[in-house]
Amino acid sequence: MRSEYILKLLEKNERLDGRKLDEFRKITIEKNPIKRAEGSARVKIGKTDMIVGIKMEFGEPYPDTPNSGVLMTDAEFIPLAHPEFQTGKPGEDPTEAARVIDRGIRESETIDVEKLCIEKGKKVWTVYVDVYPLNHDGNLIDAGSLGAIVALKCTKIPSVDKDGNVDRENLKGSLPIVHTPITITIGKVMDKMIVDPIFEEEEVLDCRLCVATTEEGKVVSMQKIGVGVLTDDDVDEMIDIAIEKGKELRKLVEDGKKTVKQKTKTNKSRKS
Amino acid sequence: MMKTDEKMIVNGKRLDGRKPDEMREIKMEVGVIPNADGSAKVSFGKTTAIAAVYGPRKLFPRHKQKSDTGIIQYNYDMATFSVDERKRPGPGRRETEISKVSRLALEPVLFLKDFPKTTVDVFIEIIEADGSTRVTAINAASLALADAGVPMRDLIVGLSGGMVNGVPIIDLCGKEDNYCDADVPIAFLPNKNEITLLQMDGRLTPEETKSIVRNVLHAGKEVYKKQVEALKKKYSE
Amino acid sequence: MKKNDKKSREITVPGELIGSSKTFKSGYGTYIEGDKIFSEFVGILQKKDDYVSVIPLSGVYIPQRNDRIIGVIEEVQKFGWIVNVNSAWDGFLPTSEGIDDYVDVKKVKMERYFDVGDIIYTQVNDHKKGDVQLTMRTPIARKLRGGVIIKITPSKVPRLIGKQGSMVTLIKEKTGTIIRVGQNGLVWISGENVDKAIKSIKMIEQKSHIFGLTEEISKLLS
Repeated sequence: MRSEYILKLLEKNERLDGRKLDEFRKITIEKNPIKRAEGSARVKIGKTDMIVGIKMEFGEPYPDTPNSGVLMTDAEFIPLAHPEFQTGKPGEDPTEAARVIDRGIRESETIDVEKLCIEKGKKVWTVYVDVYPLNHDGNLIDAGSLGAIVALKCTKIPSVDKDGNVDRENLKGSLPIVHTPITITIGKVMDKMIVDPIFEEEEVLDCRLCVATTEEGKVVSMQKIGVGVLTDDDVDEMIDIAIEKGKELRKLVEDGKKTVKQKTKTNKSRKS
Repeated sequence: MMKTDEKMIVNGKRLDGRKPDEMREIKMEVGVIPNADGSAKVSFGKTTAIAAVYGPRKLFPRHKQKSDTGIIQYNYDMATFSVDERKRPGPGRRETEISKVSRLALEPVLFLKDFPKTTVDVFIEIIEADGSTRVTAINAASLALADAGVPMRDLIVGLSGGMVNGVPIIDLCGKEDNYCDADVPIAFLPNKNEITLLQMDGRLTPEETKSIVRNVLHAGKEVYKKQVEALKKKYSE
Repeated sequence: MKKNDKKSREITVPGELIGSSKTFKSGYGTYIEGDKIFSEFVGILQKKDDYVSVIPLSGVYIPQRNDRIIGVIEEVQKFGWIVNVNSAWDGFLPTSEGIDDYVDVKKVKMERYFDVGDIIYTQVNDHKKGDVQLTMRTPIARKLRGGVIIKITPSKVPRLIGKQGSMVTLIKEKTGTIIRVGQNGLVWISGENVDKAIKSIKMIEQKSHIFGLTEEISKLLS
């Protein structure tokens, strides 16, 4: 019955919390909350609470890129974040989320991995991006991606000591970050497009499209999630929304502002 | 226990400048995870634990259900980035043992006879580790259980004691944990003076051991005060 | 009249000593050890003459006989329905307690009467060790159509209802809604200004322990 109520509201272009269809919840960003990590961020979008930690370790390069550093992204949907999360090996949802977040960073070539070589062909820096939701109220992918780019931007590289070990007491410099990819998830339900769905809204969506864009306005990755179908017009519209919303969220990352209450365009959604 | 030549106590001060019986800065916050029935975040210096409690709630699989009482399940996990070298995700043997002794530390404190066939699930995430993680987690669990409205005999205080360079200390940080003569994590009921978790790693005389335990029970009173403050703070305007 | 300058009521925590069992009777939310009475909860301490109790500020719903609650049908079975009652256990509504007519269970589909997802206002007949029996054989029981359900902490239901129903009546009048409050913390709302009603109910949940709540709610509603 709750879903029926949500759908009834959407028919009138309204949402449970009074937001417009293209409006984000309040976003709070905390930089470097975890001192142990080489970089970290805590992002809250409404009640969704994500923490992202960056660790740098030695690793072997991929054989086809012998002088480049390596990026590895992982997401753990720990049971503390939602009554339906279970302990045990990550299932398909966190695995997919991690790969989508990874794609945005990797495809945009956000990390200048050429600069992460320690010994050509043998030893490079591996950048581990680990995403943990602390409270799941929808839109984990956008929150995780936002947390990831913020964390990467404040990541410091450890130095290598005379014995060739990682020395975290002496940090050498910032991780070379050359782009700011932002992933925006757009949900489709009936004929409506909504942005930043809460948990209950996600349950009524036909499907979602996650689109990562860069500051240059390029689209670097897409992922459709869910069983519903999209027309090509739908996709056009969703890409446009992703670019526009990407700009808003990117401002948060670049201005270093901590919180923003989103201002919205009014053309797309009208209260009846 | 590793060996080092480094002095852990110089001029009566520990590595981080503390006196032997001094605890790190303690921060406690209740109600940090909206989805959970109860939750809390507790830090001792740079060790931070988040606890979420779900329950009493239905217990599956069925064969685990007890017809005359509820049970408690405790899940201790460390984030990959909580330690120096990235930790592989997922529980290892250390996490399994900690989960077990912690569960047994909390079981006698909860009144679960009123909740047959149910479970009270306690989930712990260590997001920063700098020594004494299991007892920090117990403090968070205590607050989260109280926050969830699970009936309890008492709150539970967690605190570590130990010995470095022959000097008894309270609240071991990471380095002290690694290089101490002994590490004694303890959990106890502050109003009853009943110990529910007690472990020890090290090499001490019986007198040294007993005195460390007493010191922890004494110092733990301050930790108890912080717990009460944190719980009441949630409900004051 | 003495002016109470405390902003909120006295809060106690588990393990706190409340009094001696020689002076007081140990009520809900307290336990006795030796000759002392202690609190079991984070809650509001109530001391009345020779009786002490603690009203918990949070906690799951424990069904009690005669509780009037809101339930949601979860499963249709041959001899009754499994009902979600917002508790650690499901309730069971036997056919005999759910329907008045004589029914041949082999011929008739039970979904005709209550189907999965239906909302009912029902009564707890009995609760023994996790076995919760419900009944609709009481004048107040009925199926609730449409509307929306929200959850509040069960121990805050009396605050939502108010003295002789004054609080919930205030909300109903000012928002043009029908509201049914279940003692299990589920609240069913239907009508014009459902959003406003939800907002006020959520405010009561958050501020149930402070004085002057009625004025704040009136302000919100006008």
